[in-house]
Amino acid sequence: MMAGNTVALSDITPVRPLTVRLHEWVTTVDHKRLGILYILFGLVFLALGGIEATIMRLQLIRAHNDLVSPQVFNRMFTMHGTTMIFFVAMPLVFGFANYLVPLMIGARDMAFPRLNAFSFWMTALGGLFLYFSFLGGDGLYGAGSAPDVGWFAYAPLTAKTFSVGHSTDYWILALLSSGIGSIGTAINLIATIVSMRCPGMTLGKMPLLVWLNLVMASLVILAVSPLTAAQIMLLIDRYLGAHFFDTQAGGSAVIWMHFFWIFGHPEVYVLVLPAFAFASEIIPVFSRKAIFGYSVMVLASIAIGFIGMSVWAHHMFTVGMSAGANTFFVLSTMAIAVPTGIKIFNWLATMWGGRILFATPMMFCVAFLFQFLIAGLTGVTLAVAPLDWQLGNSYYVVAHFHYVIVGGILFCIFAAFYYWLPKASGRMYNEALGKLHFWLFFIGFHLTFDFMHVPGILGMPRRIYTYEPGRGWDIWNLIVTIGVAFQAAGILVFAVNLIWTCWRGKLAGNDPWDAWTLEWLTSSPPPAYNYAVIPEVRSRRPLWDLKHPEDPDWRYE
Amino acid sequence: MFAPVSTPAGSIFGLSIFVLVTVTAIFVAVFALLAYTVVRFRKRRDADNSEPVQIYGSTQVELAWTVIPVLIVVALFLAAARVIAEVQDLTRPPGALEVVVTGHQYWWEYRYPQLNIVTANELHVPVSDATHPGATFLTLLSADTDHSFWVPRLAGKTDLIPNHPNQMWIDPHETGVFLGQCAQYCGTQHAKMLLRVYVQSREEFERWVRDQQQTPKSDATSRGQRVFESTACVNCHTISGTAAKGRFGPDLTHLMSRDTIAAGAAKNTPEQLRLWIRNPDAIKPGSKMPAMGLNDEDVAAVAAYLETLR
Repeated sequence: MMAGNTVALSDITPVRPLTVRLHEWVTTVDHKRLGILYILFGLVFLALGGIEATIMRLQLIRAHNDLVSPQVFNRMFTMHGTTMIFFVAMPLVFGFANYLVPLMIGARDMAFPRLNAFSFWMTALGGLFLYFSFLGGDGLYGAGSAPDVGWFAYAPLTAKTFSVGHSTDYWILALLSSGIGSIGTAINLIATIVSMRCPGMTLGKMPLLVWLNLVMASLVILAVSPLTAAQIMLLIDRYLGAHFFDTQAGGSAVIWMHFFWIFGHPEVYVLVLPAFAFASEIIPVFSRKAIFGYSVMVLASIAIGFIGMSVWAHHMFTVGMSAGANTFFVLSTMAIAVPTGIKIFNWLATMWGGRILFATPMMFCVAFLFQFLIAGLTGVTLAVAPLDWQLGNSYYVVAHFHYVIVGGILFCIFAAFYYWLPKASGRMYNEALGKLHFWLFFIGFHLTFDFMHVPGILGMPRRIYTYEPGRGWDIWNLIVTIGVAFQAAGILVFAVNLIWTCWRGKLAGNDPWDAWTLEWLTSSPPPAYNYAVIPEVRSRRPLWDLKHPEDPDWRYE
Repeated sequence: MFAPVSTPAGSIFGLSIFVLVTVTAIFVAVFALLAYTVVRFRKRRDADNSEPVQIYGSTQVELAWTVIPVLIVVALFLAAARVIAEVQDLTRPPGALEVVVTGHQYWWEYRYPQLNIVTANELHVPVSDATHPGATFLTLLSADTDHSFWVPRLAGKTDLIPNHPNQMWIDPHETGVFLGQCAQYCGTQHAKMLLRVYVQSREEFERWVRDQQQTPKSDATSRGQRVFESTACVNCHTISGTAAKGRFGPDLTHLMSRDTIAAGAAKNTPEQLRLWIRNPDAIKPGSKMPAMGLNDEDVAAVAAYLETLR
């Protein structure tokens, strides 16, 4: 077979100099290498964003703490939010989509490999812009480095009057640049999924991961475009004297909020749909059962996409919208709980009657189910506008969306790491370290984000660098900060496991999980061309059909 | 949020109990089901490697777990819509007390147009009791960036946005001091933009109003007043009856009637007042009040002058 030949060939090729190999990575247009680049980029920024979070938590460990100045604290939460959303979560989900989608649909690459490389490097440039602000943000004013306007950068705090120097400009350039990259990747994913599926793979036979990434990519185009437009308007405001958001000249602060949240809320689904995608692949394999209600899962994903575009103003319940508008956004926001609930029930039904193997990927997925249930329910409480009038912009909201992004999305991303690492590296990770990572991170997550709800309910707003004693917030903040240590330890174990796997891991073979989708058909790691012969499929689980010729799936679909 | 003492906060609290009971019930049911599934269907040690029965779906089950959540959503929505209408659609009765609240980086300005009072940071309102029921209506404005007025025991928060006047109302039925703070990030010292609402009995409130309406005695020959009026203090602060007519900072006409200075960041004591005049950054780094570079004698004189403003 061709695949066998390649392995032999690379064995006899002499080791090339490091510069040559690095050059190959920089100039690559291979979807797998770009996927890995996206993921490594995301991991580096995860460390940066984590350090920023740690500084904030140390500052808030007790009332009237003065570890950092208010200026530094404000930069930390701005950089933490911007980093984690745009330069950690987005690159990680794009990285996995890039790596997996062509393999899972039996294609040799993305539809537009050069656009793919361009998109990654635009995102990387955005990350550099953002962190260059630490050096260049001062401008000529000595006004302070990194941006300090908050990650949603409400007008008019971003106007020249309130934000002198260049820190806000670097923030704008970072989002503009990465936004162009995101739109490029989204177009590429849609084109790939629509036109490059292997013979036999009708839309109804695509793996759920591919379906969810198709919805995700559509949302990226709809959501990131207005954000990118708003960044351009803000630049024009700051440098060409326009007044879109400049309230001192009659501009509108509220219009910026609309622009930001018509991006910001669909963005949550941009991140969570790929997380659902990982769960939808991993839960069936480790339960040894086909996904329950495939077509309902697809419909629910599309419903989340559509409804997700109509809920943005629930971030604005306190800005003084009319009672009618508030009521509408209560309804649309709650409506999204229905398809999301359907998904949880379908995963549950998939496990029901199965034979659940608790390897590390499955442990992260099961924890995800419990945590996402809680995140969804606190989301319902916040969808009730009057409760949001109390809880909005408090630590309750901060706890809620970290439950979604960490407890939901990041747990699924960790699951995906352990599940597909054997495919991408060719080597098996260390199961003991994987479980240690899980338990440390699980304990840290719950210490931090369970207890973070409480000070919010007790009236503690977000984004304050210090607080008065005697409001009953102290003890909760202390517990929240202690949780950070466990999370950091978990991440360290994860990093050790990744490196150990790539150097010393046991060879994994093509299909270590006895799984059912196409990527497990090719070698680990896959050759540059993925498949020597383009596969043909007859069902949603082509490898099940191969392994069980007596009882193939296509009889039932 | 707990122990509400005003109708808007009370309605929200009642609604939150209903929502909490509902989501807790859902949580317990789904959690139990998930936990049961995970334990019951885990792979046993003695299990062979045969595959379990493959089930692809069931229309009846899917319908059940679609329809039930829809019904729950409708119930929660109707409950929410009722409270939204109750809080937002209240029309202001003629003669109700009005306060214009203006958010500044990083302090609160209160104007009582019917009473001709201007004050800062500490809001005084009358209690709404059986003999004198009645709400206080707040008009919310901003002089610079976005802010948010949030005193959890009185009402939910409402933002103060430039070019976008907002309204809210409170009708506290208990006297006392209620704490809150700015809840929309507004710049460097967002954290120390604290709120104190003094709910007073009718008599006390009326006494406070009378005191605020007095113009304090002015003695332009006193050293403190001379220093105050000959430095940049007057560019930002107003003291009625004197040359100080600035509008950027809090009105100081009745400074000594307040318990705190620096928007609640420090107690209004002679020591804190002197420290605040000498070096505002020591109390509130990044606040808009500059250190005027006064010598110790001038600081003491200005503080002594301010202490006469009752």
